[in-house]
Amino acid sequence: MTFQQFQAIQRRRDFLKNVASGIGMAALGDLLASDGLTAANLPDVNPLAPRQPHFEAKAKHVIFMFMEGGPSQYELFDPKPALQKHHGTPLPESMTRDMKLAFIKPSAKVMASKFAFHRHGESGMEISELMPRLGEVADDICLVRSMRTDAFNHHPGQLLLFTGHTQFGRPTMGAWSVYGLGSESQNLPGFVVLTSGRGTSGGSSNFSCGFLPSHYQGTVFRNSGDPILYLSNPDGVSDALQQETLRSVRELNELRFEETGDLEIASRISSYELAYRMQMSAPELLDFSGEPAHVLEGYGVTSEDDDQRQYATNCLLARRMVERGVRFVLMMDASWDDHSELNKNLPKRCRKVDQSNAYLIQDLKQRGLLDETLVVWGGEFGRTPMVELRRPDDAENAGRDHHPDAYSMWMAGGGLRGGQVVGRTDDLCLNVVEDPVHVHDLQATLLHLLGFDHEKLTYRHMGRDFRLTDVHGQVVKKLLA
Amino acid sequence: MHWSHRFAGWLALAAVGFVLVPSPAAPVPDLPPAADRAVDYGADIEPILHARCYACHGPSVQTNGLRFDEGEAALKGGYSGPAIVPGDSGASALVHRVASPEEGFRMPPTEPRLTPREVGVLRAWIDQGARWGEPTRRQTASSQPPASQHWAFQPIERPDPPEVRQIDWTRNPIDRFVLAKLESKGIRPSPEAGKLTLLRRLSLDLIGLPPSWEEAEAYLKDSSPHAYERAVDRLLKSSHYGEKWARHWLDLARYADSDGYEKDLARPYAWRWRNWVIDALNADMPFDEFTTLQLAADLIEDPTPDQLAATGFHRNTLRNREGGTIYAQSRFEETLDRANTVATTWLALTVECAQCHDHKYDPITQKDFYSFYAYFDNVDDVQIDAPLPGEMGPYLRKRAEYLRKRQELLEEHHVPALQPEWERQMKIAGEQPGERTDWDLCYDVLFQMTDNGSLVLHKDPAERTFREQEALTDYFIDWYYTVVSKERIEELRFRELRKKLKDLKAAYPRLSEARVIRERESPGATYLRVRGQWNRQGIQVGPQPPAFLPQAPGSGRAARLDLAEWMLSEDNPLTARVAVNRMWQEFFGRGLVRTSEDFGLQGELPSHPELLDWLAADFRGNGWGVKRMHKLIVMSATYRQASHARPEVAELDPENTWLARQNRLRLPAEILRDSTLYASGLLSPVIGGPSVYPPQPDGVKELTYGWDTDRWQESQGPDRYRRGLYTFFQRTAPYPQMMNFDAPDSNRTASRRRRTNTPLQALNLLNDEVVLEAARALAVRVLEDAPSEWDARLRRMFQLTLSRLPADREAEQLAESYRRQTRILDQSPPDARQLARIDLRDHDPVEIAAWMGIGRILMNTDEYITRE
Repeated sequence: MTFQQFQAIQRRRDFLKNVASGIGMAALGDLLASDGLTAANLPDVNPLAPRQPHFEAKAKHVIFMFMEGGPSQYELFDPKPALQKHHGTPLPESMTRDMKLAFIKPSAKVMASKFAFHRHGESGMEISELMPRLGEVADDICLVRSMRTDAFNHHPGQLLLFTGHTQFGRPTMGAWSVYGLGSESQNLPGFVVLTSGRGTSGGSSNFSCGFLPSHYQGTVFRNSGDPILYLSNPDGVSDALQQETLRSVRELNELRFEETGDLEIASRISSYELAYRMQMSAPELLDFSGEPAHVLEGYGVTSEDDDQRQYATNCLLARRMVERGVRFVLMMDASWDDHSELNKNLPKRCRKVDQSNAYLIQDLKQRGLLDETLVVWGGEFGRTPMVELRRPDDAENAGRDHHPDAYSMWMAGGGLRGGQVVGRTDDLCLNVVEDPVHVHDLQATLLHLLGFDHEKLTYRHMGRDFRLTDVHGQVVKKLLA
Repeated sequence: MHWSHRFAGWLALAAVGFVLVPSPAAPVPDLPPAADRAVDYGADIEPILHARCYACHGPSVQTNGLRFDEGEAALKGGYSGPAIVPGDSGASALVHRVASPEEGFRMPPTEPRLTPREVGVLRAWIDQGARWGEPTRRQTASSQPPASQHWAFQPIERPDPPEVRQIDWTRNPIDRFVLAKLESKGIRPSPEAGKLTLLRRLSLDLIGLPPSWEEAEAYLKDSSPHAYERAVDRLLKSSHYGEKWARHWLDLARYADSDGYEKDLARPYAWRWRNWVIDALNADMPFDEFTTLQLAADLIEDPTPDQLAATGFHRNTLRNREGGTIYAQSRFEETLDRANTVATTWLALTVECAQCHDHKYDPITQKDFYSFYAYFDNVDDVQIDAPLPGEMGPYLRKRAEYLRKRQELLEEHHVPALQPEWERQMKIAGEQPGERTDWDLCYDVLFQMTDNGSLVLHKDPAERTFREQEALTDYFIDWYYTVVSKERIEELRFRELRKKLKDLKAAYPRLSEARVIRERESPGATYLRVRGQWNRQGIQVGPQPPAFLPQAPGSGRAARLDLAEWMLSEDNPLTARVAVNRMWQEFFGRGLVRTSEDFGLQGELPSHPELLDWLAADFRGNGWGVKRMHKLIVMSATYRQASHARPEVAELDPENTWLARQNRLRLPAEILRDSTLYASGLLSPVIGGPSVYPPQPDGVKELTYGWDTDRWQESQGPDRYRRGLYTFFQRTAPYPQMMNFDAPDSNRTASRRRRTNTPLQALNLLNDEVVLEAARALAVRVLEDAPSEWDARLRRMFQLTLSRLPADREAEQLAESYRRQTRILDQSPPDARQLARIDLRDHDPVEIAAWMGIGRILMNTDEYITRE
């Protein structure tokens, strides 16, 4: 902290003192804002103040819809008629020799997909019958069939996708984004995590700030209890009582600051103010009563199905957060890890997400937010062409194992060129044959859209400049508008 | 190593993207033909090597350990092995690398490429025997790296404390070093902190708990010059001292109660090592013994189980049990982690860059790294009985009965009849994978989910230990369902059996176990891994300290014991410096070397190098006594200074590097919890034992995928109120209060904690049930303790929370607040009743609730969460 900032805080403290008596906290917050004395004017006190990127950003927000476990590209995005031909036969050893498999053996037999693909939109994009609604927005999305990664297990795969490295301890995409750009929201965290389904393998490491300061950590909005941990007053503490508590805490902190002169106390006062603003604004964020019925229905928030309602709620929340300036929304849905009963479970999951996905794109577009919001949908890897049969006597049990060498994701908005398919895989989707997009390339592209050169957005730690893409990554020009 | 194998490895590496990888049996790819003439080294070869290779593989730099300027060294090759096969240029990696069209694989990496003619000449030279002539252009060559001039690698001298002007300010030699620096800058030190501040600081720093008011009063009254020292001695003797200082060591050891990664299974006996650490610190075990036991207790003569438990340090490494994890790979990664953790903990060297290549900044080569790695490459992870005092008797008395009952249950469910055939089928599945997918799964899971399970399977049942047999049988009962029909499993009622066995186990006394390491009887060779890839073996290496540091004389003993001795030897420049620097860090908020995890070239320079050396020499020269050092530091005038900011110094020394005052430090997560429980009187003072499960908000454990997360069964009774360091640490879903207040995630070694200041911390302190419960207990305590005047109660509240009395202005403000709170609560009696919960005769709920409010306010102040 510089001496100037020290003085700035001193001035602010005097100001606080002058207005403190008799004014409620909410009013105080308003006063601060109108006087231009919000935390944004004190960058070192508010580490989340908005910052300029390296060049003009196409995307201001990211909604990353992470489908934990690895959705099957064969059933959803990458039609492979050749699977029919080989159905029930093992692949030649020369093809499987380099595959990294989690559960099955290389001798496992090929399994054809049971689901038909249809062409959509002007581009004629082929999408599975399991995702009919996504077809309606085909001209807005960019389907990448040539995703690749290095890790074939969930936790390492998720670490690689989110942190650029399979080792622990590095910051995640969301943390990097907020570190680079700050947050436009004065009342909400800059990086928010929404979950549906069960827990994820990666757990909190998917939204960790790693070695970045913890301001950049993802904040989980929870599905039950408090939306943010410790957000609501304890039982019996009314808003009036809470305000009284906050006022007295502030008064005592100010006295202590006078006594010790420690700037950290000024930061503490500012943290309590933001905490209170979060308490006040989160209920409004979560209150859907202002949303018209057709929007609620459009997302699927009114669904009878618990799972669909949860997912739809997260989609709508994501849009509302973007509207309120949240920088990075990570939605995690688990699990798409179909080792068994693929043909039964996958259609169920698609019914859960398809409507909400499509409506989110349409809604963002209709509000003029799609251009500045990058939406990404996909998992940490794809699945094998070979069957996994945990019960050999039961064909209904069939599933697919993990496959890191070739899989699909779709993205939209935020400076991408919609209505196109990028990349091609071989006849069995064993490998990428055209325009490979490694997860490092995805990271580089995401940062590019946010206005950053991925090689220059760095943080010095243990004597080295670290970056999201480690020592790899290239911006995928084809994806860009 | 056969050439084609090695060659295939290189090609696979080069196969970026979707380049076709020729099978190893394929003919040698097109190479320019060898020149059809006799080749002269001096005229034809050396000019090429000199111009195109020496920059990276020459006299001054040997990237990947490879150099071409000396024949002998060149033929030996680099980390990947030989690059030249004399007489066979087609088999020589050098030729393939220089002739390759593949960007990234081709050497040299910079343009222009070698011409086909040049390659042809190289080929001919190799085919003709690859003979080096007398060098004509050799530069000054040295096979020894130049000795590093870096400060941290120089021997530790014991400097004399410097002369100072203001000698009467100093209390011990530490102060002379600090004062000399201040005087040279023209800065005066701060006065001593007030007595109460000082006692609170001392108590938080030494035992991690605030002083009781009785202790504070006694100290205030004691006007003898030895009062402070007596307080120091009392705290150093407290059994809570070990708890406070164990936590720092746990950070370094990345201690947790679960495996990490996807499955994140519980480690029921991880705490046994934690107990050892607490006991060792309380007993003031000298740091040399503390070091030797953790690094190599299994190699000393006749170790006790308790000593063996010390090696649990290394068992805190993560374990990936996800399906398909390759054992050799995860073992490699665990060993890397062990080497990195030991290097950071004892030597403050960040060696991990050298996993893949020679360190860019520090003089650590990749060979150094793998030589260090070799110390940990030949250990088995084992579980032993490590009973605590008092466990053995009851265990032995009940043993026979337990075994009989277990056997009866197993027989009732036909386990002895079914298990042998299951084992037979499992072994077949292990030998013939891919035939029956259900058995494959059952076999693979055994391998992943149990420690050594598949080894036990292949052992003759008569040779299995009871523990091994018990674990295998339990596994059989858990996983038999994967290979038989659902109907059959229901018929056998295995689920019910499992529960009965678990209950039985819980009903009988057991011995505490310890997770330890044991040196293998027949050690295997250790290889450098090319580019840090687990399956690319380079040259063989043996256990050895980094070559740029003074070496240890080989003793012929087991290597890890040598390592410990080397770390503790007079020649080692790092161990003592690193250890005292961490102590300093805990007493001042930052080390004399701020980067306490990195003393290498990228680390920061020491602010007071002579002081650091003096402390290190004193520590090592006086039997490595830890409490002695702690006492020395806290007795200094430097430590005792007030922590108030000094605007006149702020510009000159904004980060207080020169220590013209103490620092105000936000309490670590655990100490914050402990202080709150202590102030309210709720804290359970029990020391050691298994981890506990205090209440945590709903939905936290559900964030993880971990297999047995339902284990978070809230502890009852006093175990709800144990110190923070006993809270069960689930790696994928840690206790949220700890994460909010910057506890490390325990996935990697952590040498210093961040101290952030976030709104989530504010929410945590404002709204956490733990704080509210403490406020309630505090209110009750105050109402019971203090006579009925309001002022006396407020004083009592200040005594319990802030270890001081309120100032007039504070009392006025809080009196006002109390009135306002009372008004608010009077209007909503249900709120008051909800808050107060309990009925205290003579007190109405509003009174309790309003005092709770005062408690909440105090426990949210910056002062409360700060060690001043």
